[in-house]
Amino acid sequence: MSVFINKDTKVIVQGITGGTALFHTKQMLEYGTQIVGGVTPKKGGTEVEGVPVFNTVDDAVQETGANASVVYVPAPFAADAIMEAVDAELDLVICITEHIPVMDMVKVKRYMEGKKTRLVGPNCPGVITPDECKIGIMPGYIHKKGHIGVVSRSGTLTYEAVHQLSEQGFGQSTAVGIGGDPVNGTDFIDSLKAFNEDPETHAVIMIGEIGGTAEEEAAEWVNDHMDKPVVGFIGGATAPPGKRMGHAGAIISGGKGTADEKIRVMNECGIKVAPTPSDMGDTMIEVLKENGLYDKCKTH
Amino acid sequence: MNIHEYQAKEIFRSYNVAVPNSKVAFSVDEAVDAAKELGSSVSVVKAQIHAGGRGNAGGVKIAKNTDEVRDYANEILGKTLVTHQTGPEGKEVKRLLVEEGCDIQNEYYLGLVLDRATSRVVMMGSEEGGTEIEEVAEETPEKIFKEVIDPVTGLTPFQARRLAFNLNIPDELLGKAVKFMMSLYQLFVEKDCSIAEINPLVTTGDGEVLALDAKLNFDDNALFRHKDIVEFRDLDEEDDKEIEASKHDLSYIALDGNIGCMVNGAGLAMATMDIIKHYGGEPANFLDVGGGATAEKVTEAFKIILSDDSVQGILVNIFGGIMKCDVIAEGVVEATKQVGLEIPLVVRLEGTNVELGKKILDESGLNITSADSMADGAEKIVSLVK
Repeated sequence: MSVFINKDTKVIVQGITGGTALFHTKQMLEYGTQIVGGVTPKKGGTEVEGVPVFNTVDDAVQETGANASVVYVPAPFAADAIMEAVDAELDLVICITEHIPVMDMVKVKRYMEGKKTRLVGPNCPGVITPDECKIGIMPGYIHKKGHIGVVSRSGTLTYEAVHQLSEQGFGQSTAVGIGGDPVNGTDFIDSLKAFNEDPETHAVIMIGEIGGTAEEEAAEWVNDHMDKPVVGFIGGATAPPGKRMGHAGAIISGGKGTADEKIRVMNECGIKVAPTPSDMGDTMIEVLKENGLYDKCKTH
Repeated sequence: MNIHEYQAKEIFRSYNVAVPNSKVAFSVDEAVDAAKELGSSVSVVKAQIHAGGRGNAGGVKIAKNTDEVRDYANEILGKTLVTHQTGPEGKEVKRLLVEEGCDIQNEYYLGLVLDRATSRVVMMGSEEGGTEIEEVAEETPEKIFKEVIDPVTGLTPFQARRLAFNLNIPDELLGKAVKFMMSLYQLFVEKDCSIAEINPLVTTGDGEVLALDAKLNFDDNALFRHKDIVEFRDLDEEDDKEIEASKHDLSYIALDGNIGCMVNGAGLAMATMDIIKHYGGEPANFLDVGGGATAEKVTEAFKIILSDDSVQGILVNIFGGIMKCDVIAEGVVEATKQVGLEIPLVVRLEGTNVELGKKILDESGLNITSADSMADGAEKIVSLVK
């Protein structure tokens, strides 16, 4: 088991003929992901990397039976691409594209209300269930199959955590990159809920950063509902207020969204927070030992 | 992106959001001419910098005649204002806004901002105008009223009315207040603002609802569709290194420390600053070279880091995923050759082709210290610059 994606997930790539999309389509195919089609308007009927290209998401879904899509469409058109996938009633849309205008995402979120599709991202590395399915831009080989769930607002910091876990013999059930934008689809709580219900996941690491209050809300949820141990890390303890630290959502404004406050609430809610980004793996191992889960989670 | 008050007020006028008559001035003579043209009995001379708290720092003066306008313009132009938002070094005033005075009856706060919890735009208002809204939110949150706006309908008249009643805006000005709010929302959405703040919004003796101050911030990601807004950019208000970085599509923010950082990924870049601090050092910058950095980009990043005189050592922290470590290593070697590095450099590489990358660094003959982990890298650079 896993969350959101597995070996049966059939994926179409929106914007497949762009440079980045082509590169990652190849990488995903090599990993074993079922890439069943691509979408680029006016390129319907052609083929790239052995994958058929369609003009619309509707066409692609009808012909291939896809249930998920990954969006690499450039920022000015990405919101529209997400809505097209939602309209086609896909189960899952993962949007990798960064720099989408916030107001576009406000509309997308409104459009998605009452619809069945789950959105992950935008501005995220994607989702990977090791040895089964990789959707996104993460380096597949650092991930090992196992029992630790990973959910994060940052790409490279996720790789760092996964690497530390894999190095020490702790594989992952699924790693979910929820993205660094202020308006996104799947959030920490959605991911934690899914991990809580997944029998293969025994513990979760959540990696947050400054800006907003999503980590605090997730910590409260963990306190009230989570049956599995959660370890955390928050990036940006040294970030100055009022400055956007690369990610559109990583900004301390009006005294809100500081790392100190997030860490305080997480500690209060029973989440052990790694003191430095180099300690994410070790902190998880400590917590696994405390909970008698070490042997259960040691995969290699 | 940030703009000046006078520019925000120009945009306000184009959306029929009411503001007092005013003119921008770049010199003392222009300020005096502006006051004469406005012809009001009282004029306000306002420093134009990208920071709030100007009034308390002596950047806003009320002049009763043109001689006083000249005196105040003389005093404020060229002065370095230090406010709670400028940092201790302050900001030099190069532009003034000369505005007609008005007969203020009441002061309010009105703002629009994205509410991340609901993914909606929220209009906020308070009767406590003129003071810091953060303070009001902290001490008397019940005095802040909010309207969450559905992007399909936009701000509705009933919401604007409700907010106006909550703020106790007099009944006879209700229509003007509602129109003001609706126009402001339209502007906010059409121009892709990230913040619109009016503090204070005032009602006047002659029955007007006016924006006495105007602060607009724009979503950088939407600037591609607002060429008119991009023209308002004032490079004098930005850090030289940040301007240079933006030309090369690098995400760079200058900080006060002495350890330069070059990292791929925003989260990892923040975490690298944190771990430097954890080991007793101070980061000189945030720098994300992005996912697809090339050797050229790495070189540019190095040049920008080294253009900061306070940098006494550099930590490169790369988790090569899609980006290959050997490419980064080549970039680092190339950059150090080009710029002639004379300060300690610690490089931590991990990920794709890491062994090849380390080999390139080792064989370069350059004085580069290798690190095996983030912690190791941070410890090494901190001890080297001490």
